Amino acid sequence: MPGFFSPFITKPDSVSQIMLKVLLALIPGIALYVWYFGPAILVSITLASLTALATEALMLKLRNRPIAPFLKDNSALLTGWLLALSIPPLAPWWLVVVGTAFAISVSKHLYGGLGNNPFNPAMIGYAVLIISFPVQMTQWLSPHGMGSVELGFIGQLNYIFLGVFPEGIKLDALTMATPLDTLKTQLHLDGHIKEILNMPIYGRLAGHGSEMVAAGFLLGGLYLLATRIISWHIPAAYLGTLFAVAGIFHLLDPAHYVEPTFHLFSGAAMIGAFFILTDPITSPTTHRGKLLFAFGAGLLTYLIRAFGGFPDGMAFATLLMNICVPLIDAYTQPKVFGKKEQKP
Amino acid sequence: MRTLHTFHGGIHPATHKAQSNQKPIAQAALPSKLIIPLHQHVGNSAKPVVAVGSRVLKGQLIGVPEGHVSSAVHASTSGVIAAIDMQQVAHPSGIPDLCITLIPDGRDEWIAREPCDDWKALSHTDLRHRLRDAGVVGLGGAVFPSDMKLYSHKHKIKTLVLNGAECEPYITCDDLLMRERAAEILQGAEIMRALLYAEEILIGIEDNKPEAIAAMRAALLDGNHQGMEVIAVPTVYPGGGAKQLIRVLTGIEVAAGVRSTNLGVQCFNVGTAYSAWRAIRHGEPLISRIVTATGNVAHPQNFEALIGTPMNELVAQAGQLPDTTGYIMGGPMMGVMMPALHVGIIKATNCVIAASNKLFPPPAPALPCIRCTRCADVCPAELQPQELYWFAKAKNLGKAQEYHLFDCIECGACSYVCPSNIPLVQYYRFAKSEIWAQEAGKKAADAARERHEYRENRIEREKQEKADKLAAKEKAALEAKAKLALQPAVAPVNQNTDPEDTMQLKIQAAIDHAKQQAAVIKPKNTEQLTPQQQAEIAEIEARRTRIRELALSSVNEHTKE
Repeated sequence: MPGFFSPFITKPDSVSQIMLKVLLALIPGIALYVWYFGPAILVSITLASLTALATEALMLKLRNRPIAPFLKDNSALLTGWLLALSIPPLAPWWLVVVGTAFAISVSKHLYGGLGNNPFNPAMIGYAVLIISFPVQMTQWLSPHGMGSVELGFIGQLNYIFLGVFPEGIKLDALTMATPLDTLKTQLHLDGHIKEILNMPIYGRLAGHGSEMVAAGFLLGGLYLLATRIISWHIPAAYLGTLFAVAGIFHLLDPAHYVEPTFHLFSGAAMIGAFFILTDPITSPTTHRGKLLFAFGAGLLTYLIRAFGGFPDGMAFATLLMNICVPLIDAYTQPKVFGKKEQKP
Repeated sequence: MRTLHTFHGGIHPATHKAQSNQKPIAQAALPSKLIIPLHQHVGNSAKPVVAVGSRVLKGQLIGVPEGHVSSAVHASTSGVIAAIDMQQVAHPSGIPDLCITLIPDGRDEWIAREPCDDWKALSHTDLRHRLRDAGVVGLGGAVFPSDMKLYSHKHKIKTLVLNGAECEPYITCDDLLMRERAAEILQGAEIMRALLYAEEILIGIEDNKPEAIAAMRAALLDGNHQGMEVIAVPTVYPGGGAKQLIRVLTGIEVAAGVRSTNLGVQCFNVGTAYSAWRAIRHGEPLISRIVTATGNVAHPQNFEALIGTPMNELVAQAGQLPDTTGYIMGGPMMGVMMPALHVGIIKATNCVIAASNKLFPPPAPALPCIRCTRCADVCPAELQPQELYWFAKAKNLGKAQEYHLFDCIECGACSYVCPSNIPLVQYYRFAKSEIWAQEAGKKAADAARERHEYRENRIEREKQEKADKLAAKEKAALEAKAKLALQPAVAPVNQNTDPEDTMQLKIQAAIDHAKQQAAVIKPKNTEQLTPQQQAEIAEIEARRTRIRELALSSVNEHTKE
């Protein structure tokens, strides 16, 4: 039987397809990640995906919800992927599993599941991990040709799952601090921006390798914009704010504050602008609200990066702005048809 | 070139119009019967003025408008009135309404009509009366009595908008009407312009109807229509909504609760202009209209169908396919599912779509809202549908109203785009009806309170009146006593009579009164009954006993079950 009430037709579009397109848009960034840092990230993504689906199914069962339609919505997969991309690829397997399981169970399902979580689940997962396991969370792989030694894929798998290295190789030799982290440490040591950026880990815009991954996410983000999965408001306002604030500090004191482009292509700025802040469930619904939300997130990201204790500010900026979403929505309701000031 | 305005949002569903607009309008065959509801318009139901069994002529008045807002109903052909009773009508509720069933005699014999060669010679009041008597109502879907929309003071209305946009998918009745009867539409528009004292007439037609635009423009060329313009407007649903079309053509936004006439604009459907012309020029009441029969049919086409034609008899002429599950009246965006296949076509029936599972698959199960705001992006009223949905779902009706629930025009664009398949419009309809019910409840409570207060007042007043009467009586009695006391002139004048005495007097008076009353209402004639009367009483008693027994046994049976 056709439906009983109009409209009797709908656009062939679904939550599952939207989420799938977002997953697809992550692929250029992931491909470049593999190119520069090796295939270990694919292991994390697979682990996170399996954990996400298993946790989702378990939670749905516990909540007496239909499992199949929600597993097919791809939202858990997306959370898993985003979290995997925020965790160092050469991390022990349980780190990914714990983070993902926490993200899906606590920050998504305990709040009522799809559509009801006030906080971005992937960012909650990241926050939990970086606070609980700061050491494991800061051991990032060096890009190809940067580290003193390199581990093959089998070697990486051995470490991830068994925690063992081949004879004579230590973790420190394989990993290093992120470009953002290095910058912060060096600045603390009274380094000059120009000298710091001459270090081999830096590339043209930001970190060698990581800048290209960011470019990959930018490309995917443009695809999301083109397919109207996301609107321009959040990425434009976020990147614009980050650029502007970083630019002002850089102009005032170029010796201690790095160029704004460095910030755009470092850390989670790009993936955050297009994939994390734009999560519709945890971002405002009105256009003005989105601008305000992204402005706040951009400002906080910069402040945490420049003056805070953590190397990157993206996750905490997102979570702090997530709190404000209901308030932002309530105060940015647009005027409706016929109730605006009519132009003569 | 006129600069057009835009409205926010809108959608572009597949139009499916080419299916039914390829063939000219066909005259629908005379149906086996006509089921003509007396309530086809906004306002009060018409009052039937024919009797079952009487023969009526085509165009004969069978329902007179009742009250201020109402419209006349006519016999669509000549024949015999077979029934005046409650029947299922073209309303999704399936709640029966009063209908006149007419069995055509096949002669299609007209009543004497009153054509008018020069309508300009008629007074405006006369014109409006003729429109009301002819049962002309808005044919765009609102079915508001047209004569009521044609009042205006001079210079109040600048623009008359004629709506030929026809934005809903599948529907092509206005398209074909404009292609084939453009001149008459324009003539009708001239009558409307005169009644409204409007300066200009803007005819908006969506640009997916080039033939209709060309035909209307060609009709304009006869030189008799100054200040009239046919304007192609972009094809976007719901561009044919009156508010949206007015916005596109004039830039004026008519807010919810505001009359467009207060902003200098009045809007009519092209079909209404055509019917107004037929009514004034030829004296023909509104007894037929163009209906698109499409959807799950072999030969989709437009028909000129008599009001009251059972829908299944019309769709059969378009070749209904066997897997049809039901009919949608109107388009797939705002149309309504018919409670039965045989309901009669009414003045609002612009289209009958035969539905099937293939054409309109059952809706997928709804997922939670993911706040993607695609609904807000397409809302032509610039609402935040996702907020309204949450408030409606939580029955937070006050908040829903605060977020402009009643500005929603129920166009369905939000439901159409929702990736979670949430039936958003249903939530808004629910919230609106809840609010209406509450308001009605409040009104009823207010009325009850007023009645109660009035009653209390009355009781109080009556008590007071009684007390006053009594006091007067007492006073009279006292005076009488005083007179008595005065007569011997020996006894001292006791002004302050002993209260016990008055009590005694009162009691005595009451006893006397009761005695009198008893004498008056003593049962009469119960002793001296005739044998016939006694027999009757016995019979009645017997019948009562039997009924009681029956009732008792049935109760027992029920309890046994």
